[in-house]
Amino acid sequence: MALHTGRGFACINYPIGMNLGGDPSQALVHSTPDGKFKVTLSAIDLGQGMKSVTRQIAAEALGVPIADVYVDTADSDTGPHDMGSFASRGTHRMGNAVIRAATEARRAMLEAAAEELEVNAADLETDGKGNIHVKGAPSRSITVEDTAVAAQFNQGRTLAGRGIFLIPPSEANADTGEMSPVTTFAHAALVVDLTVDDETGEVSVQQINSAYEVGRALNARLVEQQLIGGAWMGVSHALYETTEPYYPARDHMPGDFVEYLQPGPGQVADHHIAILERPAEDGPYGGKGPGEMCANPVIPAVANAVYNAVGVRCDSLPITPEKILRGIKANGGARPQGKF
Amino acid sequence: MSSVEFRKDLFADERDDNLNEIGKPTIRQDIIGHVTGRSKFYDDHLFDGLLHMRCVRSPHHHANIRHVDTSAAERMPGIRRIIRPSDVPHNINTLLALINFGRDDEQLLSAGRVTYKGEPILAVVADTERQARDAVAAVRVEYEELPHVLDVEEALKPGAPTVNAEYPNNSFDYHDLYDHQKLRFGDTQAALAQADHIVEGTYQMSPIEQAPVETCGAIAAPEQNGRYVCHTSTQALFFSIGVTAKLLDMPSSQLHFIGGTVGGGFGGKVDSHHEPLAVLGAMLTGRPVKYMWDRTEEFRVGAPRGAERWRIRDGVMNDGRIVAREFTGFFDSGAYTRLSSYAIIKGTGHLPGPYTIPNVSSNVYCVYTNRTPATAMRGFGITGVDFAIECHMDKVAETVGMNPIELRILNAYRDGDMKAHRRVAKNCALIECCQVAAQKAGITLSPEAMAASSKEGGGIGWRAEVPETAIDDMGRIGDRRNREIPPEPYGGATQRGSVPAGTRGEAVVAAEVQDPDMQIDPTRVGHAVSQAVGQPAPPTPAPQSGAPIPAPVPAPAPAPTASAPPPIPAPSAAPPPQQPAPSAFAEPGAPAQPQQPYKPEKPFQRGVKRPGVSRFISGTRRR
Repeated sequence: MALHTGRGFACINYPIGMNLGGDPSQALVHSTPDGKFKVTLSAIDLGQGMKSVTRQIAAEALGVPIADVYVDTADSDTGPHDMGSFASRGTHRMGNAVIRAATEARRAMLEAAAEELEVNAADLETDGKGNIHVKGAPSRSITVEDTAVAAQFNQGRTLAGRGIFLIPPSEANADTGEMSPVTTFAHAALVVDLTVDDETGEVSVQQINSAYEVGRALNARLVEQQLIGGAWMGVSHALYETTEPYYPARDHMPGDFVEYLQPGPGQVADHHIAILERPAEDGPYGGKGPGEMCANPVIPAVANAVYNAVGVRCDSLPITPEKILRGIKANGGARPQGKF
Repeated sequence: MSSVEFRKDLFADERDDNLNEIGKPTIRQDIIGHVTGRSKFYDDHLFDGLLHMRCVRSPHHHANIRHVDTSAAERMPGIRRIIRPSDVPHNINTLLALINFGRDDEQLLSAGRVTYKGEPILAVVADTERQARDAVAAVRVEYEELPHVLDVEEALKPGAPTVNAEYPNNSFDYHDLYDHQKLRFGDTQAALAQADHIVEGTYQMSPIEQAPVETCGAIAAPEQNGRYVCHTSTQALFFSIGVTAKLLDMPSSQLHFIGGTVGGGFGGKVDSHHEPLAVLGAMLTGRPVKYMWDRTEEFRVGAPRGAERWRIRDGVMNDGRIVAREFTGFFDSGAYTRLSSYAIIKGTGHLPGPYTIPNVSSNVYCVYTNRTPATAMRGFGITGVDFAIECHMDKVAETVGMNPIELRILNAYRDGDMKAHRRVAKNCALIECCQVAAQKAGITLSPEAMAASSKEGGGIGWRAEVPETAIDDMGRIGDRRNREIPPEPYGGATQRGSVPAGTRGEAVVAAEVQDPDMQIDPTRVGHAVSQAVGQPAPPTPAPQSGAPIPAPVPAPAPAPTASAPPPIPAPSAAPPPQQPAPSAFAEPGAPAQPQQPYKPEKPFQRGVKRPGVSRFISGTRRR
């Protein structure tokens, strides 16, 4: 009777955005009289940080401080159409729509500033701190606030923009499956270290080392949150969760969190993450969307690590102690495969 | 303690890292409200005189409804309305009707027949939730039980009970032609016959629950001018408006939906089941109505991530190159389609995983069974097959005696490679992820594996080409009703044909900006826009054999010695040719350190502990 250590590896890519397109997102941006910007959307913040990431994108594209941007989302009377928050499409699709809307608003802002400064709008740039100045001559400047006041009360000009982003819909071929599924992929690779108790069949994940390529981490903390939470979900899917423990039979369905197992705080393994960024050509600032993919490599890596530890291949999820013990018994004992 | 580092050294030449706001760990706009319990979720919108809705549900997998007796329930205190299927103005829909995919197959409240345990047949609206629950229990329904089927492969056999009347063969109809979605690239049968090893496996992903902390629901109330407001937990606001407008046969301009602050979704809040019922309740009673699942409903009648079964058969050469890969997949859609049919197309486009394999084929079935309909969940269409592929890769590695990471790097897709769905790969980074993860775990890879790069060695020779492809007509709609047909690609085909090499269409890219002033200045996009992306492969000579090799099928198994150059370049056998530019991995085993790795200011804390205060305190409800 012993604890066996095992190590498993898996790597994946993940398609970003709704398959085969046809999923538009729209955004509206406008300034208040004192040069603050409202971003109006119908995107859903599920906790993934949709409001925050679109706010950062708008601030970047406008060239104004983030404190001067506020995102108002998901009131169908005010927000324009958006397909929704699913299929890793939020950041990619809505982010691009926000860039377009903010770019149009920025253009109006620079034109209004140009009129006040009596220069050409093409010669102006923003400092990201709330000022607009002539390129190479920071002293010839005007604040965004003064620009907005002048635009709305002297010039009769709106500082506003519209944006839509759409990958046009296409179809899959019936005979070959040819298609244009998505325009970009995120990537991940991950090593799981765990122990298997050959007496109880219990698996304990000890450590995860991973690399996730996300195009661009638009918000460092939000990416971190997704990756750590997503890996937890992967461990949970691999080792604990199922709504039908004897699938395809429907017996013993859990009805609450007492019967539906998930790892608790004491079972969360240390996770050491490296984030890689290879910008996607059509992603907002290169961003892809890390949310959905992060659990995917964990599940097979855990299965591979269990095999590495005791020589039992669990090809059906979840990998319960019962399945492991039956496998060990069928093999006539644990068969550690040796670390690679 | 967990840690996060940014590998800014990798792909640094493709990025501008000096942006003002992008990349910063900016605090969330809504976090203060969330942590102080002040953010309003849908259930925080309380109305005076709010009514509560509960559903009467089927206790059987499959049954005819003989008789419904609500007389006792109607006489109970506080009961405002019992909503029947006939009260739903247009009681049939399919979620993807909004993008014209599939046929209407699901009722909001089911009449006549139930096809899964938990299917709603009536909705009761009462003053309190307790009264609604009691009335639900008092409804008497007489059922005639029918034979049911729960296993996906049983459901495809001739004579299996029909689950979904719209799809009487128990499988979704693809392209009005086949009972499955095909993928054909090259000729897997010919390639398998010539491989050194055949590696097979079957993988089963069980159904799981999205398990959001906030259960699905909606609160609807009459507004002015014949409009209805609906506070909802939906993940897709306009999706839910579209479904509601259709089922209730009303213009969407009468619907005012508010959401956007959702207590976790993970895919389970796309189905738009609560919004139409809550609005219908408000229409029929003239009062605000809440329809919210309790935790048991969330688990048992809320659509889970569906089960998937995958079979993989690989043809592998002794040096680890995978030359053929066949998939057979079964998605357990449950009793109705919802989104499974579409996820299958997504999954098909994902095959054969992040690898460049010259011959790939797959048949994937969307199967109806007498269980709770499945729906989206984080990774939908991909998670199940990734589990299968990555477990299978380890079996392949074991078969040929290779390090599992080096096997993946050997077969990894690279920029310029042709994918099985006939589009060129770009923006790849699988190899780099493998190298970094191995390094972090202290795993030593071979110098060849450490020198490999996603940017080099792809799109050369056969890797860039669409091979001649064997196609077949197996599995026409309805064929399986008459005879047993093997589900594997090409299994039981009566006709075979081929598609010439090089056959492919254009990639679909984003629609242009409608107005030039929405086009961002190229100097402000923050990354290099490559000219070569999406273009055909550069005319670089193939590494070993100079002649282009259009044939997808590998030559006869290579001799043990490397006397005959194999048709498939083997990156592990020789470093990529004439690559002057040392990439980030120029020094194998010692990648450059990131310049300023991001570190959280404070270590993560799990939960909030204040003496005497519940950890689950959620603030005060306000009206």
